[in-house]
Amino acid sequence: MIQLDNVTKRFPGGQEALSGLSLSVDKGEMVFVTGHSGAGKSTLLRLIALIERPSSGQVIVDKQNTQRVKRRKIPAYRRQIGMVFQDHKLLYDRPVFDNVALPLFIAGVSHRDAGRRVRAALDQVSLLHKEKQSPQTLSAGEQQRVGIARAIVTRPKVLIADEPTGNLDPDLSLEVMRIFRRFNEVGVTLLIASHDISLIDRLGCRRIALDEGRLQQEADPWQ
Amino acid sequence: MAVTRNSDAVAPVRSSSAFSIWLTRHASTSVGALGRLSRQPFASLMIVLVIAVTLALPAAINVVVKNAQSISGGWDNALDFSVYLKLDIPVSEAEGLARLIRQRADVASVDLVTADAALADFKLASGFGEALDQLGENPLPHALIVRPSPGNTGASLTLLQEEIGNLPETDLVQVDTEWVQRFHAILDIVRKAIAIGAALLGIAIVVIIGNTIRLDIENRREEIEVTKLIGASNAFVRRPFLWTGFWYGLLGGTSALLLVQYGLYLLRGPVTRLAGLYQGNISVTTLGASESLTIIGAAVFLGLFASWVTAARHMRRIEPR
Repeated sequence: MIQLDNVTKRFPGGQEALSGLSLSVDKGEMVFVTGHSGAGKSTLLRLIALIERPSSGQVIVDKQNTQRVKRRKIPAYRRQIGMVFQDHKLLYDRPVFDNVALPLFIAGVSHRDAGRRVRAALDQVSLLHKEKQSPQTLSAGEQQRVGIARAIVTRPKVLIADEPTGNLDPDLSLEVMRIFRRFNEVGVTLLIASHDISLIDRLGCRRIALDEGRLQQEADPWQ
Repeated sequence: MAVTRNSDAVAPVRSSSAFSIWLTRHASTSVGALGRLSRQPFASLMIVLVIAVTLALPAAINVVVKNAQSISGGWDNALDFSVYLKLDIPVSEAEGLARLIRQRADVASVDLVTADAALADFKLASGFGEALDQLGENPLPHALIVRPSPGNTGASLTLLQEEIGNLPETDLVQVDTEWVQRFHAILDIVRKAIAIGAALLGIAIVVIIGNTIRLDIENRREEIEVTKLIGASNAFVRRPFLWTGFWYGLLGGTSALLLVQYGLYLLRGPVTRLAGLYQGNISVTTLGASESLTIIGAAVFLGLFASWVTAARHMRRIEPR
């Protein structure tokens, strides 16, 4: 579902965030990317989301070579991928409902049709009763769940998450991961960047460890 | 709570017809943009007022010119030529000449004022009655009052004047048109000045709306970034700003119209009094339907143009980081 072939990302300064990285995530897999900050986790996700383009190599998502996605087609490409961010990236000037409905509005779904789907998404993160509230009145964990509901409301086949539990305490983190797990059980492919090793181990998912932009194959210090 | 393959949640994004999607999006975005303006009533009112005053100025001057024209329009047709015949022309010949000139297509009517009638009039009007009685004979010539037909242009009037002047019986043709021509020349200049002024003010409106939209975009930069991050196209993030420009234009244009009409309403009293003093029939011409629509249309166009240019320029720059 997600495939990287010999991907290098070099920044203008010359330093490489990713160096000849190859990896693949199968359809229906739930995979964690771990590593120190600066190891290239975020860059990897940004390449998949086409926020950046690789300096060389190929990134293939759902059989689409991102290299061939033209600038004008990037919005349509991003609509196929669910994205969850460490800082939630919610819009605080509108209620929870509108935040979750935003991807549907972007896709041209009418307000009436959006209602049922937004509620289904909110139901999956147990926030159905908070749809009229402003995100500001919610706890960090709840805000993150709103972000997740927004990511899944269009039912993407792929969901990527950058440190989704970075700001959460262990209990909330586990709750968030369980939500991800449930999506995975219905066939969503997930790629999650995280440094919370103990949490990942409890979930028993495959781990891709990055170190200075390369795969860290052996001598995994956490195992 | 298990994730169920609930039919509502799983249904693919249903593709309604492209047009109805387009319509729905615009309807909700336009209402949203209006709502956003109403949440900052003071700031929005200021901008609408600036647009209104900027548009009202040329519109008001235009109405004044139009009124001046309609008043002076009456003078155009009242430009009678006084044709003084030579002193030795007898009445019968003068009558024949009057008939001849009357037949011309560019002449509406010809009145003969005989020397006797003219003297009688003069006696009455001047108050020199007794002094004039001392004159042995009537010093006045017969005269023709020639009224050109309304279809005449400036050039044909000049031609008519020349042709009558060249008749052997004519001593002098007197037409007091110069001041009317000057007045029209002044109106022409004012009209051109309005056009130039309106163009400059139009640019000012574009700058004002553009700058307001630019600030609005900067304030919502994060929102734009997030929206683009989850798949919004440039068109999608641009849309609310286009509608903001539209509303500024519509509200500003409508306010300008109200300002002008209210100003004319205030002028109506004094003008009626002035007309009464002159026993004239002067009435204030207000803005007609087509002029009103032109003002509102121009305002809406300027608003849309300004927001389009601004939004197109800035939207491309704002990309998720």
